[in-house]
Amino acid sequence: MATSTTAPDADQREPRAGSPAREPARRPRGPRRSLLPYLLLAPAVVLELAIHVIPMVVGVWMSLLELTQFHIRDWSTAPFIGLENYRATLDLNSAAGKELLHSFWITLAYSLLSVGFAWLLGISAAVVLQRPFRGRAILRALFLTPYALPVYAAVITWSFLLQRDTGLVNHVLVDQLGLMNERPFWLIGDNSFWSLLVVSVWRNWPFAFLCLMAGLQNVPGELYEAAAIDGAGFWRRLRSVTLPMLRPVNLVLLLVLFLWTFNDFNTPFVLFGGSAPEQADLISIHIYRSSFKTWDFGSGSAMSVALLLFLLVVSAAYLLITNRRRDDHA
Amino acid sequence: MRETAGERWGRRIVLTLLTLFVVIPLYVMVTSAAKPLQDVQNGFTWWPSRPTLQPFIDMWSTVPLARYLVNSLVVSSIAAICSVAVAIFAAFAVSRYRFRGRGVFSVTVLSTQMFPGILFLLPLFLIYVNLGNATGIELYASRTGLVITYLTFSLPFSIWMLVGYFDSIPRGLDEAAQVDGAGPLRTLFQVILPAAVPGVVAVTVYAFMTAWGEVLFASVMTDEGSRTLAVGLQGYSTQFNVYWNQIMAASLVVSIPVVVGFLALQRYFVAGLTAGAVK
Repeated sequence: MATSTTAPDADQREPRAGSPAREPARRPRGPRRSLLPYLLLAPAVVLELAIHVIPMVVGVWMSLLELTQFHIRDWSTAPFIGLENYRATLDLNSAAGKELLHSFWITLAYSLLSVGFAWLLGISAAVVLQRPFRGRAILRALFLTPYALPVYAAVITWSFLLQRDTGLVNHVLVDQLGLMNERPFWLIGDNSFWSLLVVSVWRNWPFAFLCLMAGLQNVPGELYEAAAIDGAGFWRRLRSVTLPMLRPVNLVLLLVLFLWTFNDFNTPFVLFGGSAPEQADLISIHIYRSSFKTWDFGSGSAMSVALLLFLLVVSAAYLLITNRRRDDHA
Repeated sequence: MRETAGERWGRRIVLTLLTLFVVIPLYVMVTSAAKPLQDVQNGFTWWPSRPTLQPFIDMWSTVPLARYLVNSLVVSSIAAICSVAVAIFAAFAVSRYRFRGRGVFSVTVLSTQMFPGILFLLPLFLIYVNLGNATGIELYASRTGLVITYLTFSLPFSIWMLVGYFDSIPRGLDEAAQVDGAGPLRTLFQVILPAAVPGVVAVTVYAFMTAWGEVLFASVMTDEGSRTLAVGLQGYSTQFNVYWNQIMAASLVVSIPVVVGFLALQRYFVAGLTAGAVK
């Protein structure tokens, strides 16, 4: 997926551009020289324009059209209807609006829980693997494996585990431990949300682990020595040394993980076989299904644009709040 | 600094739980791939009643797995190579030159990575279909369309990571090359790239993994002829039978190359993340 595997950080790049250490070795001299960086960037810019920027603009335009199945083949015939699509899909009194709102809450709960657990597992693993011991390299590789697997292979395996009659989960819970009398369904009904959450945490936590491990490598060992001399125990060292030192990593990591899980399409799509039960109807899959079921791309685009606006507002607020706190500390 | 007994036990417990969580699905994948069909149709078993490699043979004929595999290989390899080539030039510009629009470029490219894929999907689908109708350039349901789409997906992170690597290469090397009369491109190819090989390899593997694992666009932008593994693997569930043993065998086969590649290069990913994000 477009938003699937990266840890870039716009926020962190800015100081780099301005810091004196990054002064380029050579300043452009003359017109030919100053053109060169643009020529080097041209392929990347063209591709980004073609696949990201232009479709985004087109998407906004589409959201203002009555782009139903009658106009898909030749969209120049689709009438302009202004904000009508937004009014129809975001009207919380209509059935479509209620479904969208329901999907939004599901997605929000899913993202927050998934990010929280992924971070918790990631930090636990990073901290306990901080000190060298025999077998550490093997465990590190093992923990990264869920992230390295292609998403569909990982999720298909989970959907096998969660099958009602042939899966491992019910075999253990019902047959071996006898915790339940009935074999529960894990992929339909209320349980499907929790199944989705577990699969998502399984897949995402190694990324948190990878980033936090990278962050911990930059924490000087002397800090721990000093804390230990001062009599700080494990929790005290975690709270006063490790977490503050990881703050820059955490700021980026939490936002990136949140955006990924909020936009997650792959996990429910593969886990539930092309659709999603109502209880696990994440927003991406909701838009996808309503667009391709009715071929109403106009309202699909309107929902996508609304989703983007929401995420932009959340990200901006997050960056503002975290930046202000950083200033307060300074 | 000595580890207390409590810390040691805490570490053991945490590691045991995490290992179980990670390993159980992997274990099921591997053992179920070696089960005869009746083992996966009736109740779950921890061990195959009769270990067999038959699923690894049958999986090729139940669905046209070879075709999906070739499609995925072609699309992912070309997308990875092109993505890295484009990223190398862009990263060189960002790392070694100061120009108007440098900050805007970096921020814009990176932020597109955060946008919902579904936002691009509908317009891109319509653009590809209409472009095909208008000009005869077949991008919809073609491997070319997928290559172009996927290579831009991995581009931002590739640029970002390569900038980190290029920045870590001393500029003294550039200057020495220039004193010898090398132009910018020769400097890039003869000085910077050789010093950044691990970064370039890691980025290539990352770009390959991105394309190899993509599901959303693959499920809309392909037809039977251009279908990739991401969609094709779902074909093992027919109306009458779900060949779980073959699904697990196929999942295992398509996972091994990327998992091995990623794990072999993991320390370069960590180094790249450290160079970029953590500084």
